[in-house]
Amino acid sequence: MKSWRKGWEDVCELVKKATRVSYGEGLRDLFPKYRNLVVLDADLAEATQTKIFKKAYPERFIDCGIAESNLMGVAAGLAASGMIPFASTFAMFAAGRAFEQIRNSIGYPQLPVKIGATHAGISVGEDGATHQCNEDIALMRSIPGMTIISPADDVEAKAAVEAAILQEGPVYLRFSRLASPVFNDSATYRFNLGKGICVRDGNDITIVATGLMVYEAIQAADLLAREKIYARVIDIHTIKPLDAEILVQAAEETGILLTVEEHSIIGGLGDAVCSTVCQNKPVPVVKIGIQDQFGHSGSAEELLKEFGLCKDHIADVARKALQKKTDDTRHENRNLGCAAKARK
Amino acid sequence: MEQGKEAELKTVSAQIRRGIIEGVFYAKSGHPGGSLSIVELLTYLYFVEMSIDSENPKWEQRDRFVLSKGHAAPALYAVLAHKGFFSYKEIKCLRHNGAMLQGHPDMKKTPGVDMTTGSLGQGVSAACGIALAGKLQGENYRVYTIVGDGETEEGQVWEAAMFAAHKKLDNLCVFVDCNGLQIDGLVSEIGGPEPLDKKFEAFGFHVITIDAHEFMQIENAVNEAKCTKGVPTVVIAKSVKGKGISFMENQVGWHGKAPNQEQYEQAMREIRTHEKLEKGMGGCV
Repeated sequence: MKSWRKGWEDVCELVKKATRVSYGEGLRDLFPKYRNLVVLDADLAEATQTKIFKKAYPERFIDCGIAESNLMGVAAGLAASGMIPFASTFAMFAAGRAFEQIRNSIGYPQLPVKIGATHAGISVGEDGATHQCNEDIALMRSIPGMTIISPADDVEAKAAVEAAILQEGPVYLRFSRLASPVFNDSATYRFNLGKGICVRDGNDITIVATGLMVYEAIQAADLLAREKIYARVIDIHTIKPLDAEILVQAAEETGILLTVEEHSIIGGLGDAVCSTVCQNKPVPVVKIGIQDQFGHSGSAEELLKEFGLCKDHIADVARKALQKKTDDTRHENRNLGCAAKARK
Repeated sequence: MEQGKEAELKTVSAQIRRGIIEGVFYAKSGHPGGSLSIVELLTYLYFVEMSIDSENPKWEQRDRFVLSKGHAAPALYAVLAHKGFFSYKEIKCLRHNGAMLQGHPDMKKTPGVDMTTGSLGQGVSAACGIALAGKLQGENYRVYTIVGDGETEEGQVWEAAMFAAHKKLDNLCVFVDCNGLQIDGLVSEIGGPEPLDKKFEAFGFHVITIDAHEFMQIENAVNEAKCTKGVPTVVIAKSVKGKGISFMENQVGWHGKAPNQEQYEQAMREIRTHEKLEKGMGGCV
């Protein structure tokens, strides 16, 4: 397929970049176009990479110090006065610590605060469980009117920053610390907020992934393809509002979904997908994610493997899920047989 | 301040008190005590000081007000109704299903409300953001906010205070309504945030202490705040919770309770006396 995605043959030479860097660069590149933009941080500019913006436009960068509750409140006040603030900190301290400020001062009045949450998920690595936020999607999903974007690579992350500016109301942007392959082609990539992207076609099973897990899912699909198992892979960059159409179609055409996220299986992408297919086209959904537990220190790569957030585990779970699909189909056929007998 | 002007403001204050009591009475719930304690502050700000336009509530150059102690909404609503932001009839629908006037201030539903508040501690931060936006956009508007003394037990108030002073937000004036009472009793016995003047001073504020019910003192404080450059101002406003209604004054039980029919009628009689008294005085000048 020759479209926005780079061909498989290019994979070996894919450059890696953390989406937090894309965030900082995106803000810097977009300021000339959106002059009412203002960037706030809570003493983490070096880590969230808003330092890139700060270097270019120091007069539009506000460091609020280590005070995330106030950060969100100040952002709300700026947004109530015609500006577009990006409130930046780690996912843990944005969605976690400042949840109620986001809910009441930003979400309820639907103010256009854009929350740039970096260091999401287990891939924070060595800092350990206190800094590994696997609950932010769940928390943000529960706020009415909150848009949630979780980009998969550099190209998508930069596009997401502009989409967030253009989107009315509050937006939660989820970025990663870990450098990851840039697999989208910036020349052809188009970001449509609220629309999933089918990045690999197939009809045996659908793998629905977000953030860093999209590229792992693509690689898992390639492993499966060697065994003549053809997995469809959908990149869900907008978790809310969720693209029901692409998911229901996948449910209808592939009969089983496998969700993959660097987030708790409680309240995240997996639950959002379940809720959608449940109400429209119920099919089995298997969830890969953090299994209701805390993380711990270690390198990002080690942790992603340990928690099953890697291509090999995704492929394994897909194989088992397919077995379940076959069993279920047999079971259904048997039931149909009984029903047919009963009718006689 | 001329005596005639002061008498006029006192009459307005009595009308605002009428609005508070009527609102809370018809709502059968709400917070009369902390609403009554800020009546003079709000009256001065809205009827003398602030540049606002009820025909154009979102006018970009307007002065802003954030009611950080959002539960005192009945006082703000009465003021906004008298200023013509909406019909006074709305006051009797306060807190009713489908009403424009929510239990706590809602900027999306109520014209004239500059910021949604209600969760204590958050309004001060928003006021800082609005003041900062004024600086960044080169606007000359001023931002006023009222915080409760009990509210200063919220850590976010001090995050915001540190921010305001550090960012030199001299277009921000914070009033602390020191009525000395909070739901569970005396502020001094529960959270113990005093001495508030020394705390704000240590945070880098210009501090003024006044009687919250004296218009001359309010006027002097507001003018002093306007002349103070490079630092934000805090006005420690010593007030009486339930001010103006004899049986509510200094009674913690009137923090969040509506009067019954008998109490409502007595409150109205007291307010009418004040209205007549002030009108009479105004007429003599």
